[in-house]
Amino acid sequence: MSREHGKGMSLIVKTITRLTVGLILLYGIYILSHGHISPGGGFAGGVIVALSFVHLMLAYGKDVALSKLPKGVTTFFESMGAILFLSIALLGFLTGYFFLNFLSKGKPFTLFSGGIIPLCNIAISLKVGAGLFAIFVALVLLKFDTEKKE
Amino acid sequence: MSLYLLCLVLFSIGIYCIVRKRNIIKIIVGVIIAEYAVNLFFILIAYRMGGRSPIHSPDTIISNMVDALPQAVVLTSIVIGLANTALLIGIAMRIYQKYRTFDITKIRDLRG
Amino acid sequence: MLDLHLLLIAMILGAIIAIEVKDLLSSVVALGAVGLILSIVFLILKAPDVAITQLVVEILALIILIRATLNKDLPFSTSGRWLLNTSITVCFIIVLLFVGYKCLQDLPKFGYPIMRVAETYLKEGLPKTGAVNIVASVILDYRAFDTLGEATVLFTAVIGVMAVVRRIGRKKENEEVEEED
Repeated sequence: MSREHGKGMSLIVKTITRLTVGLILLYGIYILSHGHISPGGGFAGGVIVALSFVHLMLAYGKDVALSKLPKGVTTFFESMGAILFLSIALLGFLTGYFFLNFLSKGKPFTLFSGGIIPLCNIAISLKVGAGLFAIFVALVLLKFDTEKKE
Repeated sequence: MSLYLLCLVLFSIGIYCIVRKRNIIKIIVGVIIAEYAVNLFFILIAYRMGGRSPIHSPDTIISNMVDALPQAVVLTSIVIGLANTALLIGIAMRIYQKYRTFDITKIRDLRG
Repeated sequence: MLDLHLLLIAMILGAIIAIEVKDLLSSVVALGAVGLILSIVFLILKAPDVAITQLVVEILALIILIRATLNKDLPFSTSGRWLLNTSITVCFIIVLLFVGYKCLQDLPKFGYPIMRVAETYLKEGLPKTGAVNIVASVILDYRAFDTLGEATVLFTAVIGVMAVVRRIGRKKENEEVEEED
């Protein structure tokens, strides 16, 4: 297991990861964008997107994964998700009350229906995904410090 | 009725593990089991006999759906439970780094 | 209903294995089995949103738990007064189960919920919000305040983990203070 922090796992794991991590990311985006038509939604989609980056970090070691998504960018995305959600809510003040559903309803079963629900799904998934990846990066870095010091 | 009782037994197993075990990781496992039991209880209350999942379908009109309100509540509860677990694991790893043990009866000094 | 009873008994057996096994890694694997059976039970109870979320969240919790417990086994020995402590705990749990059984008689029968508020959501969900998924319209339109609260709790948890894990170096001889977060 100590080799995991240095260079990652074996060659078979690296090859399979290279083939499937893009598909996992795409599947997460599919689940979160169709949250108002089929089961899923922002929470599950955000966790799946975070899981794709965690998969990359587990297979290749932390240097490759952190070069794809540095720590500053992760915290930026998390804060941006929270601010986006709040601003969508505050925009309801223009035509009524807090969290008013002000966009058009559209036809059911299409992708652009449901008012503000798809936008809220995107904001929630940004927040949840980036937050969980930040938690995982913090815990992994602590472990690496522990084993390096003693 | 017996389903509710089995759910309560699962919750009490989690409570027993929190109270009686000495290893911090076992205590965290007990917290996770108790939280599974609570989420299961919410969804058990929301079931309707012969009901369908609360999603409309494009060709038929569905008249008997299960209760959708506890499912919305449980959805946020599951993600908050994950954040709870992550915070507990972070504290446990910090304790191991400082005291070199996971045993809670050996963590007695409040200095340092 | 027989499949629900069998699955719940399997979950109870898995939980008992998870808390009694001495090896930490086996206990975490048994916890993973309990979570997967729970996801199947959610699917049988006609809750697909909750089943998807429970599955992926439980995978992430397993990864974090295994990361923390690898190579950290220590031998434990039972201390004295084990019999007294365990019997007191079992007495408390029996009292809890008995009182809980009395309270559970007041709930409506399994499978026939009252649904006074949810009737409105189910009838008027599609015309008023335009979303086909009723659960999504409940968490993001009817009860959007709760989702805002949950986003705040997640943010606080991330800040909490970063604050716990941050390592402030001690002052060395050449007065070098390093911070890693």
